[in-house]
Amino acid sequence: MDDVTILAIETSCDETAASVVRNGREVLSNVIYSQIPLHTIYGGVVPEIASRAHIEKIDQVISKAMDDAGLSFEDLTAVAVTYGPGLVGALLVGVAEAKAIAYAAGKPLVGVNHIEGHISANYIENKDLEPPFLCLVVSGGHTHLVMVNDYGEYQVLARTRDDAAGEAFDKVARAIGLGYPGGPKIDKAAAEGNPEAVHFPRAKVGDSELDFSFSGIKSSVLNHLNAAKMKGETVNASDIAASFQATVVDVLVSRAVEAMEITGTDKFAIAGGVASNSALRNALKRQCENKNVRFFMPSPGLCTDNAAMIGAAGYYEYIKGYRSGLDLNAVPGLTLGSGHGSGTAAPAPASPAPAVAAPGTAAPAPDPAPAATAPAPATAVPAGETADIGRSASKASSGDN
Amino acid sequence: MLTIGIDSSGLVAGAAIIKDGVLLAEYTTQYKKTHSQTLLPMLAEICRMTDTDIAEADCFAVTEGPGSFTGLRIGSATVKGLALVTGKPVAGVPTVDAIAADLWGCTGLVVPLMDARRDQVYTGIYTFESAGEGMSMRTIMSQRPMDITDLVERLNSETGVIYFLGDGVPRYLDRIRSLLDRPYHVAPAGMNRQRASCVAVLGEQYLREGRAVSGFEHKPVYLRPSQAERERNEKLGHPSGGI
Repeated sequence: MDDVTILAIETSCDETAASVVRNGREVLSNVIYSQIPLHTIYGGVVPEIASRAHIEKIDQVISKAMDDAGLSFEDLTAVAVTYGPGLVGALLVGVAEAKAIAYAAGKPLVGVNHIEGHISANYIENKDLEPPFLCLVVSGGHTHLVMVNDYGEYQVLARTRDDAAGEAFDKVARAIGLGYPGGPKIDKAAAEGNPEAVHFPRAKVGDSELDFSFSGIKSSVLNHLNAAKMKGETVNASDIAASFQATVVDVLVSRAVEAMEITGTDKFAIAGGVASNSALRNALKRQCENKNVRFFMPSPGLCTDNAAMIGAAGYYEYIKGYRSGLDLNAVPGLTLGSGHGSGTAAPAPASPAPAVAAPGTAAPAPDPAPAATAPAPATAVPAGETADIGRSASKASSGDN
Repeated sequence: MLTIGIDSSGLVAGAAIIKDGVLLAEYTTQYKKTHSQTLLPMLAEICRMTDTDIAEADCFAVTEGPGSFTGLRIGSATVKGLALVTGKPVAGVPTVDAIAADLWGCTGLVVPLMDARRDQVYTGIYTFESAGEGMSMRTIMSQRPMDITDLVERLNSETGVIYFLGDGVPRYLDRIRSLLDRPYHVAPAGMNRQRASCVAVLGEQYLREGRAVSGFEHKPVYLRPSQAERERNEKLGHPSGGI
């Protein structure tokens, strides 16, 4: 079979990213422009500011991804783009841009689910990983235990009933004055704290042995902080961070282990921004070793949002024959396994044949300065009043039209 | 000379192709606000109907703003993607100028009104002047967000008949009737909304004048900061800018 070379675009939250991926596993380029500094002063991702930054940087990021890969648009097999879940205004920038590129270059378009992208990040560095395997997806917007039965075929075994794990990280980080983004800041502070300093309750979800709940843990931390304040005691932020992180890790690991036993899987992978957390990685690695389960994890730069993972997921959609039309829309609340591409999941080319030859990249060279080829720092995503991706993104843009 | 005009700044979504001074095709809709699903299929359809190869375009013209923030970005990302592949320039056309261009030849005061919410409109004041066989559009007041009452006050001090158009007219016509002392008229359907063909005509003019930019440089002109920036500026006691 001929090589399949995919340009992938990702703008679902606060990273503007583009990548060129060959045959789903070989990353020819991986460019990420991180907006974290723009959002830090607001304590979380502001949807309108994210959307504005995406539109200003997207051409530069895509152009650098093409240059780094040493390819022109006519060399591509297809264009893949994240169409959900995420912030609707942010998603729309990538979707509109990808559609225009696919149309002008005369290439098929493949819409990709962002969560599927996170899971597929594991394929990039683990060339021998193939389904079936069990995957823990844990990020600012999502906490799922997913059985990957085949490429593009997912069975969600458990999900969070309230906050995503990354959301709890952001809220606790803010409460103990560490600021945004919470994930890496808590990880760092926890390294200097005592994980047994405070015992926070591990929430159980009554009718499900696998589902998660993190809002209770977050509330316990906030209550602990309030109680200390009332008594005039000072709290040790590192101890709180370490104790909180140990609690979250404990919950994630115990559910993961239960799921391993239920499914009898011999392969376990982690994915998503919180999967870059060092305590979580180490704990899961140990558990897998004990249980003789092969453990897979992307390097931290491929855990946080990136487009290489979209190129990996897009490849498997592409070879299955899924195509999106030029009417592809952003779906902010897209769930895993709820449809391929634009939802018109027909294994047939849906693009109105553009029949246009791409004249190549004649556009002037962009300023490459803002785009980093190296993976960006971990971004555990949004918090309460800023953006809560995936679960309630639509409310987030209320004040801006 | 082949120019593609695109507009998704407000309630209308539109695409047009102008080739050597001929409007080959124009597709315009004002039906639900699903620009992300309709805009590119509309352009693809008119290109197909007229055997137009997008790679032959000399320029992509788009309403750069003001307008719906999301709508502006859909149009902007679309032309940026087209420009990135074809290497052709982008002409960003101020939305209010583009609406005013609907009333070409009008020697009174052309006053587009776009609903900007909170009792405000995006507006400007324009007129057309003789320029040889043609006419040129002169800007009397450049586009800006403005309280509707402030606008009417300003218009009361102008001379000449006023022509209103734009999606803000239905919203504010009662206020205009009660506050405006000057003679005025309201433009009919067919020439009272954003038209992608008018965007393309202005885009060609900008290209000739050297005002087109690369897709990399092009970005929307919002005329308003985001709500988060406004609130932060207010908290810090800074002027909110734009309004």
